[in-house]
Amino acid sequence: MRRLSLGKWLLPLYVALAVVFLVTPIVQVIIYSFNDSRRNNTIWGGWTLDKWLNVCDQQGVCEAFGTSVAVGVVATLIATVLGTLLAIALGRYRFRGRGSTSLLLFLPMATPEVVLGAGLAAQFLAVGMPKGFWTIVIVHALFCLSFVVVTVKARVASLDPALEEAGRDLYGSGPQVFFRVTLPLLTPGIVAAALLSFALSFDDFIITKFNAGQVTTFPLWIYTKKTPPAEANVIASAIFVLAIVAVVVVQVAAAARRKRLGITR
Amino acid sequence: MAFAAFGGGGAGAAVAEPVALKRSWVAIGLLAPGLAYLALFFLAPLVSLVLTSLQIAPEGAGKGEYVQAFNWGNYAEAIASYWPHILRSFGYALIATLAALVIGYPIAYFIGVTARRWPMIQALALTLVIAPFFISFLLRTLAWKQLLGENSWIAQTLHGLGWLPSDQTIVGTPFSVIFGLTYNFLPFMVLPIYTSLERLDRRYLEAGSDLYASPATTFRKVTLPLSMAGVVSGTLLTFIPAAGDYINASQIYLGSPQTAMVGNVIDRTFLESQQYPIAAALSVLLMGIVLVIVAIYVRRSGTEELL
Repeated sequence: MRRLSLGKWLLPLYVALAVVFLVTPIVQVIIYSFNDSRRNNTIWGGWTLDKWLNVCDQQGVCEAFGTSVAVGVVATLIATVLGTLLAIALGRYRFRGRGSTSLLLFLPMATPEVVLGAGLAAQFLAVGMPKGFWTIVIVHALFCLSFVVVTVKARVASLDPALEEAGRDLYGSGPQVFFRVTLPLLTPGIVAAALLSFALSFDDFIITKFNAGQVTTFPLWIYTKKTPPAEANVIASAIFVLAIVAVVVVQVAAAARRKRLGITR
Repeated sequence: MAFAAFGGGGAGAAVAEPVALKRSWVAIGLLAPGLAYLALFFLAPLVSLVLTSLQIAPEGAGKGEYVQAFNWGNYAEAIASYWPHILRSFGYALIATLAALVIGYPIAYFIGVTARRWPMIQALALTLVIAPFFISFLLRTLAWKQLLGENSWIAQTLHGLGWLPSDQTIVGTPFSVIFGLTYNFLPFMVLPIYTSLERLDRRYLEAGSDLYASPATTFRKVTLPLSMAGVVSGTLLTFIPAAGDYINASQIYLGSPQTAMVGNVIDRTFLESQQYPIAAALSVLLMGIVLVIVAIYVRRSGTEELL
């Protein structure tokens, strides 16, 4: 029985330690959002709610945050629409060149960010396109696209073709079947893909740095500060809390749905 | 691209033959916008990058002015000047990937297999594993810089125990860079392994012990092979971004000039000194090496269906 107790206690203990390791810097970032700092937010100066209440007093931080949200929304829209269409084509149709299409979609994920960033920057330089808001949107939509395809394709693969057949049997036209059967069934996958895209876009630094020109996103703003003021921690902490709440809500909703449908996993 | 080849599609479709042709037109319609986007903003930039890497500075040119040529010498110059950075990038990325695998596999096993009986714990652990994704990459790296910095309790304790010489810092060393890479990409390792372990049928493990295999043998012969797809995608998802990363290695984060990776050099030569051909040559080299490693690795591990 010694073996069993080893597995019983050692693994949970190890995982608990690993979780502490994973969460430590997050806790640090959140605590320092309450720091009553003067110039340097690496020195603890006591607790205050000041930075939370007057975030935008710090010059440039709210503008940078706004830019990041705008970039994230537009890039997510582009990537989600294009990626969903590609995922449906790959998941539903057999065609020649399907393998090479999959490969082409895998390649951006296998390309280091710095190469994607430098490549697009070289391209914009070659065609004389000035860098700014739209060049950031273009690159963000590009690296989000592959992730959208992977996420939505998994959902397409798990769809029961019988449901679409039933739609056609009931004399639904092609578009009717698509919009009233296929698309609603794909929605959870599409929503997950859109959230993932937004998160990837919002936090991207390397590719953005190569293609931003004079525009400052939230990560670029943090970078230029070297030792970022507490206001940066406030925004990052707020986003963190929102994201965790969203994850918990989604999980609780999924659990409730399973219970309602009587599925025991 | 394969646009012209779609005409004869529909072979595997489970629908009646007459629709096949019409359906393949639908497929072209679905594919065209996305593929055009990839052609314009992924393939064309790669071509631009290769062309840029062959450019040459004409006589008396100003900073950042180059003309198109076939100057392969840029590659020789890039390798001669920056080979230590290239080696360092792949060395650091390899160690960080192995560390993330060793740290991450038990976590994934716990969430995917051990915690199955307790869905709440499973959900909580999974949320905590992906939590670092939700806090700014730069800020969480700076938080480690502070946590490992000279005045931190971690550094003080290590100095006090005599494990760390008093004139030795943690931040700025290869260790802190690899530490940062491991931390930042650990969730990418855990998630795919968890996904493959979650589908693992527990009865296989029981069968292993019924046949008098030790837990170690059961793990080696049953669990590990069945989670191999997750291990392969996890290691790739960790290795690729780690090899190209330059935040952790940069001086204002966890590195020092002695830990500069190839990404730091590409950033500096492209955006600061505007030596576009050298930056492009290094990018092409980095991508080429990564692709060769990925291709060999995927083929060796026999998980081509991964894509």
